[in-house]
Amino acid sequence: MRANTEIGYDSKIEGDVIVTRVDAALNWFRKNSVWPMPMGLACCAIELMAAGASRFDISRFGSEVMRFSPRQADCMIVAGTVTYKMAMCVKRIYDQMPEPKWVIAMGACASTGGMYRSYAVLQGVDHIIPVDVYVSGCPPRPEAVLDALMKLQDKIGTQPVLQDLVAVQALHPEPKAAA
Amino acid sequence: MNSLEQAQKIKVRFGDLISEPAEFRSEVTLKVADAEKIPEVCRYAKSDLDFNYLVDISSVDNYGDDPRWTVVYHLRGLRHGCELRLKTDVSEEKSELPSVIDVWNTANWHEREIYDMMGIRFRGHPDLRRILMWEGYPYFPLRKDFPLAGKPSELPGIAFTKPAPLEGGPFVTVAGSGDATNREPRVRNPEE
Repeated sequence: MRANTEIGYDSKIEGDVIVTRVDAALNWFRKNSVWPMPMGLACCAIELMAAGASRFDISRFGSEVMRFSPRQADCMIVAGTVTYKMAMCVKRIYDQMPEPKWVIAMGACASTGGMYRSYAVLQGVDHIIPVDVYVSGCPPRPEAVLDALMKLQDKIGTQPVLQDLVAVQALHPEPKAAA
Repeated sequence: MNSLEQAQKIKVRFGDLISEPAEFRSEVTLKVADAEKIPEVCRYAKSDLDFNYLVDISSVDNYGDDPRWTVVYHLRGLRHGCELRLKTDVSEEKSELPSVIDVWNTANWHEREIYDMMGIRFRGHPDLRRILMWEGYPYFPLRKDFPLAGKPSELPGIAFTKPAPLEGGPFVTVAGSGDATNREPRVRNPEE
C-alpha cells in the first residue's frame, strides 16, 4: 500500500481534526467514487462486466455504480469497436456527461481501431473525444481495466481543482449586483 | 430425389431460360439467363419442388467484365434436405432485378444488404433502405472499385468517415527498437 501523505492523519497529535488542502480533499472524494458509464460496444464489454462482478470486484475502487444514464456518470469506459455509424452517438453521450468527466479507451479497437483497418470503423475513439487512459489488449483482462482505473485515480488525484476554479472565474467573472 | 434431379425438373419446366445443371462437389448450380424471370423460377422451386428455405442471397462484382453483377440465390428444402444454387447476371447499366420477397419473406434483409453493399436495386421491395451503413452514405463499399480503407464522407449530425491507414497493418511490430510507440507503430510502411 502506498502512503498517502496529502491526507496523512495522526490521531495522537491532531485529535478529531484533519488538516489537509481543499484540493486534496476534493480529489480524494472524486477519485474514490468514479461512477463509470459503460459504453459497451463489443466483446470488451464482457470483460468489463467481469471486472464489475465479484471475482474482480470493481467496487474495491469505488466504481461499482455503473450508470446507464450519462448525466449521472463521471467516467466513460469505451469498451469495444467504435464504428462510424456509432461514432456520433458516443460523442453525444460523452457531451451529455457533466463535468468533471474522464474517458478510458478499453482495448485495441477503442484505442486505435484495432484489427479493423476498414471503411466502417473509427480509427480510435480519441478522434472524437479526449481519452485519459488507454488499455491494451483484445480484449483486456479485467485486471487491466482495474489498473486503468487506478491510473485514472492517480490522475484525478493530481488535478488542481481550486486553481482551475479560480482561473475559470477570472476568465468569466460573475456580474456584480447593481448598487 | 437429389439436387440434380430437382435441377433437371426446373430445366424441363423453363427450357432455354435455364442452363444445364452444373455439379461441383455435389453442389448443383443453375444459371438463369434472364434476371427478370427470377421470381418465377423461385416460385416454382418453392411451390412444386418444396425448396421452402432461402438460405442466402449474395452478389458478386465481376469488375471489368460484362455483365458486372451476379446475384446468387441459395435454396434449401428442409423436408428433403436438398440444396440448389441459382445464379443470374445483371448489367451495370441496369443494376436492378425483381425482388423475391413474395416467395420468401426472409429475402427482405438479404436484398437490403445487397443494395447497401453493392448498390443493386430490387424492384418490388417494400422497404429498400440501407441496412448496415446509414442512410445518406454515398458509396457502396463492397464494390471492387471501392478501396478497403474507405473514402471520406460527411453527413453533418449523422456520421462521417475517413480513410483508414492501411500501410503496415495493426499487428506489425519492429523488434527491439525503443519504446512501445516505436516498436508497435500505428502505421508502418513496408519500405521503412
